[in-house]
Amino acid sequence: MNRIVEKEYFSANVVKIVIEAPLIAKARRAGHFVIVRVDEKGERIPLTIATSDTEKGTITLVVQKMGVSSTKLCNLNVGDSITDVVGPLGKATHIEKFGTVVCAGGGVGIAPLLPIVEALKKAGNRVITVLAARTKDLVILEKQIAEYSDEVVVMTDDGSYGKKGLVTHGIEEIINREKVDLCVTIGPAIMMKFVALLTKKYDIPTVASLNTIMVDGTGMCGACRITVDGQTKFVCVDGPEFDAHKVDFDEMLIRLGAYREEEMLAMEKFKNNK
Amino acid sequence: MQEDRNTPWRSALRQSMKPKERTAIERTKMNELDGDYRSRNSEEVNLGLTEEQAVIEAKRCLDCANPSCMTGCPVGIDIPGFIKNIERGEFLEAAKTLKETSALPAVCGRVCPQEKQCEAQCIYVKMGKQPVAIGFLERFAADYERESGKISLPKMAAKNGRKIGVVGSGPSGLSFAGDMAKLGYDVTVFEALHEIGGVLKYGIPEFRLPNKIVDVEINNLEKMGVKFIKNCIVGKTISFDDLKAEGYEGLFVASGAGLPNFMNIKGENLVGVMSSNEYLTRVNLMHAADDNFDTPIVRGKNVAVIGGGNTAMDSVRTARRLGAKRAMIIYRRSEEEMPARLEEVQHAKEEGVEFMTLHNPIEYIGDEKGHVVAMVLQKMQLGEPDASGRRRPVPIEGAVETIPVDQVIVSVGVSPNPLVPRSIEGLAVSKKGTIEVDADTMQSSIPTIFAGGDIVRGGATVILAMGDGRKAAAAMHNFLQEK
Repeated sequence: MNRIVEKEYFSANVVKIVIEAPLIAKARRAGHFVIVRVDEKGERIPLTIATSDTEKGTITLVVQKMGVSSTKLCNLNVGDSITDVVGPLGKATHIEKFGTVVCAGGGVGIAPLLPIVEALKKAGNRVITVLAARTKDLVILEKQIAEYSDEVVVMTDDGSYGKKGLVTHGIEEIINREKVDLCVTIGPAIMMKFVALLTKKYDIPTVASLNTIMVDGTGMCGACRITVDGQTKFVCVDGPEFDAHKVDFDEMLIRLGAYREEEMLAMEKFKNNK
Repeated sequence: MQEDRNTPWRSALRQSMKPKERTAIERTKMNELDGDYRSRNSEEVNLGLTEEQAVIEAKRCLDCANPSCMTGCPVGIDIPGFIKNIERGEFLEAAKTLKETSALPAVCGRVCPQEKQCEAQCIYVKMGKQPVAIGFLERFAADYERESGKISLPKMAAKNGRKIGVVGSGPSGLSFAGDMAKLGYDVTVFEALHEIGGVLKYGIPEFRLPNKIVDVEINNLEKMGVKFIKNCIVGKTISFDDLKAEGYEGLFVASGAGLPNFMNIKGENLVGVMSSNEYLTRVNLMHAADDNFDTPIVRGKNVAVIGGGNTAMDSVRTARRLGAKRAMIIYRRSEEEMPARLEEVQHAKEEGVEFMTLHNPIEYIGDEKGHVVAMVLQKMQLGEPDASGRRRPVPIEGAVETIPVDQVIVSVGVSPNPLVPRSIEGLAVSKKGTIEVDADTMQSSIPTIFAGGDIVRGGATVILAMGDGRKAAAAMHNFLQEK
C-alpha cells in the first residue's frame, strides 16, 4: 500500500512522487488534499493532490523539503512505501463556467493548481495561468499547465525566465487588458495575500487554496483554523478554498510559524544524525 | 443479564457474613503513584487493587435483592454478580460476567464516572456511607484476566457471512463490532486515523489509560474475526454506495464528536492557544513529547486550561508532565458544578494543578510576534440554576484580572464531526450536526444505517457511547433478520 511508483526531481528541493492509492485516486476531485505520515515517527502533513490516474490507481503529489517529515518524504525512492496516506480530504473546488479565469500559482502551489486549471478549462472557461517562481528552475509543470490554459504567463523574481517581476505584475497586466471574471490563487501565504489585495482593488472575485498546519486533517484538532470574514474557520473541513478577499492572511502567516523554532531545532538534529 | 443470586454458592457466600460485619468494613483506597513523582512522567497513576484488597472490598457488597447500582449503569452490568465472584476468589469468572455486558471493562473501570453512575446508586450511599468501590473492582477483574493470559473469548454464533461496516474505532464502534461479531456477522471497522481506538488513543492520556490496555481489547476483537482498516474515511475514501455495492448490508456510524469548540473571544487564534484535541492528539497519538518523533509540541511554562471536564483535566495534567511550572484550570462555575470525574480533580490537585474556579477568559493578549502572553479573566459568581440544573455563572461587574500565560488549551466541549454526516446523502442530521436516530434502536433516517456515541449525543462519555453500540447491534440484528 502507498507504494511510490514514480519519482522526479523538479529541483533540488522539490520532488514529484506518484503513489499507489487506488481508492483515493478514484474518489478525489480538484482541490482535495491528503494527509501523509511518512513513517512511524513522522508528522501528519497535508499535501494537495496534483493529479491522479484512476486506471493505474495512482495519485501525484509535489513535495517541497521544508521540515523533517517533508524531507524524509522527498528522500524516499521508487518502490518505497509511505506508512500512511489518507484522503481525499477537504471540499472539492467549485467548478462552473465563470467566463475568463486567471489562475495564479507560485512555487509548489503550481502543483495543486494544475487540476483546477484542467477542470476549469473542461468546464468551458477561458483560462489564463500565471506561474511565478523565484528563478527559472523553480517553475514547475509548465507543459502540463499549458495543455489546459489558453495562455500561460511566467514570472520570475530574477527575470531568468519569462518576465521579470512578481505574480501580481503578471495578473495586473491581464486585468488591464481584458475582463476577468474570477481569479484562483495557490502559493505561499504571502503571495496569496498580495494577489488578494490586487484583485480586491479591481473587484474581481478571488479564491485562495490554503495550506495550513494540520494534525489530523479531519476537523478534530483545529490547528488549521483561520479567520475568514471575522469568523473562525477550519481549513481542513470548511476549506481548503476560501474567498481570498475575506481571509485574514496576516494571522495565517503568524499561525504558520507557530512551531518554527521547534522545526528548526528538529531539522538541525535530523541533519546531524545523517 | 443478572445471574441468579440464589445459586447455592452465592446464597452461602451471602450468609457467610452478617450484613453488619460487611458494612463495618472501610472502603478500600486505590493504590497510586506519589503526586510529585507522577507529575513528571506518563506512568499510569492508579496501580489497581491487590487480590487481598479486592476480596475485602467485594465483601462490603451486600448482594442486594434489588441491586440499585445496576440502574445507575448505562449498560446494565451485573454488578453484584461480578463482585460476588471476586469475593469467592473466582476472578476469571468475574471478568466473564463483566464481559457479558461490557465490551471494554478494563477501560470502563478506569474512565467511567462511577461516582455519578453505579456508585451513586449504591445502598451504602443511602446509609450515609462510602459506596462499594465498583469501579476499582471492575478494573481489578479485567486486569486480572488480562494479566493471567487466560482471556476468555465470548461465545460466538456460527458465521452468517453477512457484511457489516462500522465507521470509527472508538468505544461505540468497538462495542458494536464485538456484539455483531458474536452474532456471527462479518464485521469491518473503518478508521480515519492511523491508530485503532479513537478517543481512547488520541484523547485519554497514557497516565490514565495505557495504550496497551486498549490494544488488548482490540486484539480480542481481531481474534473474534473483526477486521480493521485504518486511514479510511467512509464518505471520503469510499462512499456509502461503494460499501453497498461491495455487499455491506448495514452500517454503524460512530465517528465521534471530533470538532473542537472555541469561545470566539479576542486573541483566540494567537499562537500558543489551541484546542485540547490538538494538544492531546499531538502528545498521545503523535508522541510529540518524545524527541524521537517528528511532531512538535511547545512545552508551556504558564499553562491555562479552559474548562472543567475530563478532557480539561487530562490536558492540564499533561501540561504538568511536560514541565509546566504553573498549570491552571480556569472554570467559570464552582468546583461543585465541574463535570470531570472526582478522581481526576483530586489527582490534578495532588499533582500541583491550580484551580481558578469562577473565572472566565474574555480575551487573550499577544506579543508583537502574535504569541499569547497573557489572558484577561472575568470573575464570576453563581446565580440562578440554568437549563442544565447547575447554577448559572454571572460576571461580577468590574472584577477583571490579567494573568501571564504562554500556552492556553481550550477545552470547552466538542461538536459532531461533519465529515461523515455531510457525505451521506439523505441522512437526517439535526441543527447541531448530530445524526438523528430512533432512541430505542439507534436507527437513522436511512434504514440500513445506525449511529451512536458522540455523533448522536454531541459529546458524552465512553460508557454511553458503548451502550449505544450495544443497543444498535441488537437492533440492527433484529432489523436484518426481519429483512
